[in-house]
Amino acid sequence: MKNVILILGMLVVGVSGFSQNKNAKATIEVDGVCGMCKERIEKASIQAKGVKSATWDVQTHQLNLIYNEGKTDLTKIQQSIADSGHDTQDIKAKDEVYEQIDPCCRYRDQQVIDDHKQDGE
Amino acid sequence: MKNLLYLFFILPFCVFSQEKITGTITENIDNKEIPLSGANVYWLNTQVGTVTDFDGNFELNYKPEYKKLVISFVGYKTDTLSVNAPKKITHSLTSTANLDEVTVTARQKATSRSFIQATNVLNVSSAELLKAACCNLAESFETNPSIDVNFADAISGTRQIKMLGLTSPYILITTENVPSIRGASQAYGLSFIPGTWVESIQITKGAGSVVNGYESIAGQINAELQKPMMDDKLFVNAYGAGNGRFELNTHLNTKLSERWSTGLYIHGNMRETEFDKNDDSFLDAPLMQQVNVMNRWQYTDTENGYVGFINFRYLNDEKQTGQTFFNPDNDRGTTNAWGSEIKTQRFDVSGKFGFVNPEIPWRTGGLQLAYSHHDQESYFGLNNYNIQHNSLYANLLYNSIISDSRHKIKTGLSATYDGYDELVLTENFNRVENSVGAFFEYNFDNLGDLNFSAGIRADVHNRLGTFLTPRFHLRYSPWDKSAFRISAGRGKRSANIFTENQQIFATSRSLNILGNGGEIYGLDPEIAWNYGVSYMQGFNLFNRKADVTFDFYRTDFVNQIVVDMENPSEVNFYNLEGESFSNNFQAEFNYNPFEHFDMRLAYKYYDVETTYLSGKKQTPLTPNHRFFANASYETNQTAKGGNWKFDATFNYLGEQRFASTETYLNTIGLSEFSPSVSTVNAQITKVFSANFEIYVGGENITNVTQSNPIVGSDNPFGTTFDTTYVYGPIFGSSYYAGLRFRLN
Repeated sequence: MKNVILILGMLVVGVSGFSQNKNAKATIEVDGVCGMCKERIEKASIQAKGVKSATWDVQTHQLNLIYNEGKTDLTKIQQSIADSGHDTQDIKAKDEVYEQIDPCCRYRDQQVIDDHKQDGE
Repeated sequence: MKNLLYLFFILPFCVFSQEKITGTITENIDNKEIPLSGANVYWLNTQVGTVTDFDGNFELNYKPEYKKLVISFVGYKTDTLSVNAPKKITHSLTSTANLDEVTVTARQKATSRSFIQATNVLNVSSAELLKAACCNLAESFETNPSIDVNFADAISGTRQIKMLGLTSPYILITTENVPSIRGASQAYGLSFIPGTWVESIQITKGAGSVVNGYESIAGQINAELQKPMMDDKLFVNAYGAGNGRFELNTHLNTKLSERWSTGLYIHGNMRETEFDKNDDSFLDAPLMQQVNVMNRWQYTDTENGYVGFINFRYLNDEKQTGQTFFNPDNDRGTTNAWGSEIKTQRFDVSGKFGFVNPEIPWRTGGLQLAYSHHDQESYFGLNNYNIQHNSLYANLLYNSIISDSRHKIKTGLSATYDGYDELVLTENFNRVENSVGAFFEYNFDNLGDLNFSAGIRADVHNRLGTFLTPRFHLRYSPWDKSAFRISAGRGKRSANIFTENQQIFATSRSLNILGNGGEIYGLDPEIAWNYGVSYMQGFNLFNRKADVTFDFYRTDFVNQIVVDMENPSEVNFYNLEGESFSNNFQAEFNYNPFEHFDMRLAYKYYDVETTYLSGKKQTPLTPNHRFFANASYETNQTAKGGNWKFDATFNYLGEQRFASTETYLNTIGLSEFSPSVSTVNAQITKVFSANFEIYVGGENITNVTQSNPIVGSDNPFGTTFDTTYVYGPIFGSSYYAGLRFRLN
């Protein structure tokens, strides 16, 4: 009996050694200025295959992610966010996509950033 | 500072590691980045750190396990950055001195309706509850257009609430999501929850969620109580009214440890002055006293994700009413004088335990347990009515997601036990009801314009049988600041015909159950479908915020226990045969015409009809039209936090149908319909500081009263005696004053 448990135990350890983390956690920086950006960033993240949870903070610009490593990786997720118009720490959004986001979300514009600061955000 | 000391000791040991990050810390002065020297830079939860040099530069060892870099400096806001690779960092700190100047204090809206939730929920905050220094939960709805508050009868002083034109038994009333006012406490239960204990109220119109059971039909009211961890250390509210009512509320809260807090909530109220302003020999309001004590324990362990509450509560409530010269010791059970006493004792224990997986935040679980013992002994003239109710409730909940957080699921199991021991006049109606059920609810949210929830539960009940309860809610926002909602759902319940209709005992009517051998008093369970649509639109009117809401709800009874009072000498209970429905349309307008001034206008149309043995008729005492207006204004806060608050509510009720035949109504001096009534309530609060405030107010300021609320009051043991023909205020205008004191 003991042996069986041992073998089973080894099997489980062996299997889990190869499997990828289904609930991998990561925090990346994504640029943005307001609540609308938050909605867009989180939506773009969650719509990327394999992402389970995404929360972005307006103040810190941090995006907390939980994702399935077997289905996606940080590059793919960042690409999806950049495609929605937001710069991430590794991938910059294409200018033509950036141009399409709402004027109040133009996070690259110092004037827009200052406007949001005055709102107390 | 302590961190800084550690840094000096630790730094020399770190020189062996190879990777480093470098960076510059600056502060922004007049749009120029000025280097900041002496700022602390360290890795979160470590003693690894450094201090910036004269040019604001720093160099720090990096290891992949370090994720968060903390940058702090006295007088500046502390920032935390995520660092995933050894790279150059440039960061600007914000001075807290600057921050103070731009502090924006947003005024919390007293009531708010969410644009985002799938259900039509109105959130009533404690600020709204203070608008009318009302004393218990029943009275706290007076400033709210979604709930109607009426007197249940002319003698007990009990206020009855209605939603969508249906009385409170059709509303699921929960305390912190545990069903609380049901069974034996249905009639008076709302007056057993003191107003100051309530932190906020959520009112959901239409079919609720399957999570809390199958009983809700017209809607759901949830009262969140004060939390020992958040509530004031000491809170005192003293209240006195010209109608002889006095009230004292004391809250004592202590933090026992990092995780445990406890609170002791003591409430007492009494009325010992006798009033008979309308000279009908009956007290206008009962003599009463209530002692209500609750002890709450709150446990919070954020690190491991455990939260819990344990509550113990004891209540003793005594009311005496009837003729002014009634003396219970000598006159009870005689025809010397008509009198009534209602004595209730209640003991509750409830607990709530929750778990949030700190690693996987969407995985949460919870267990709710509640036990209550309710004992009411009462008599109304020669009619005796006693009810004992032991109740057990358990609900186990699990939340998770499917594939990602747009698809949320809730599932769980619940079990209930209700033991009733009921004496009606001379007959015993004892019974046990129990059920077990399982539920599953799926929520979809596209994080934008659409979300919905679809739930179903299956229950096995010893008297209601085995049945399914589906519920559905959807919200769609076609454009900015809009919310279009639809809902549909089924509800089923066993009607506690006597306790829910206790006003019938204070009449000379004979009670008849025209049963068909059903499981509950020989009657069948009540089943209804509720459908609703609502549309809400926020907009700016003259540059100020405004919103309008239109909603329409229909409740269709498949079966209902009809309470038929159309024959003036009888009350008949029977299963519905034919149609019974409630149509309810409401239009509400909220506007903030100038700073600190809020107004709310609402119009409601009701069409509530039931098929009686004598044909299809409007439900008695339900007006077709109702108009509501509330205005509140507060002055700017002084440096000490003091200000003035003004609040006024106007209520108009259209004519209401009286039960009984026209010929009978003529002989007792009433016509088929009641006149319309309007009432005005107002309150002024003077806040001296965050610790102390006083208030004065008036109820029914225009002094509107129903001239003859008790039919046959000259001969209470005669055949026409009836206290149920109540359509308006019994008591004239009444003024009150009180104070609130709090220490944090």
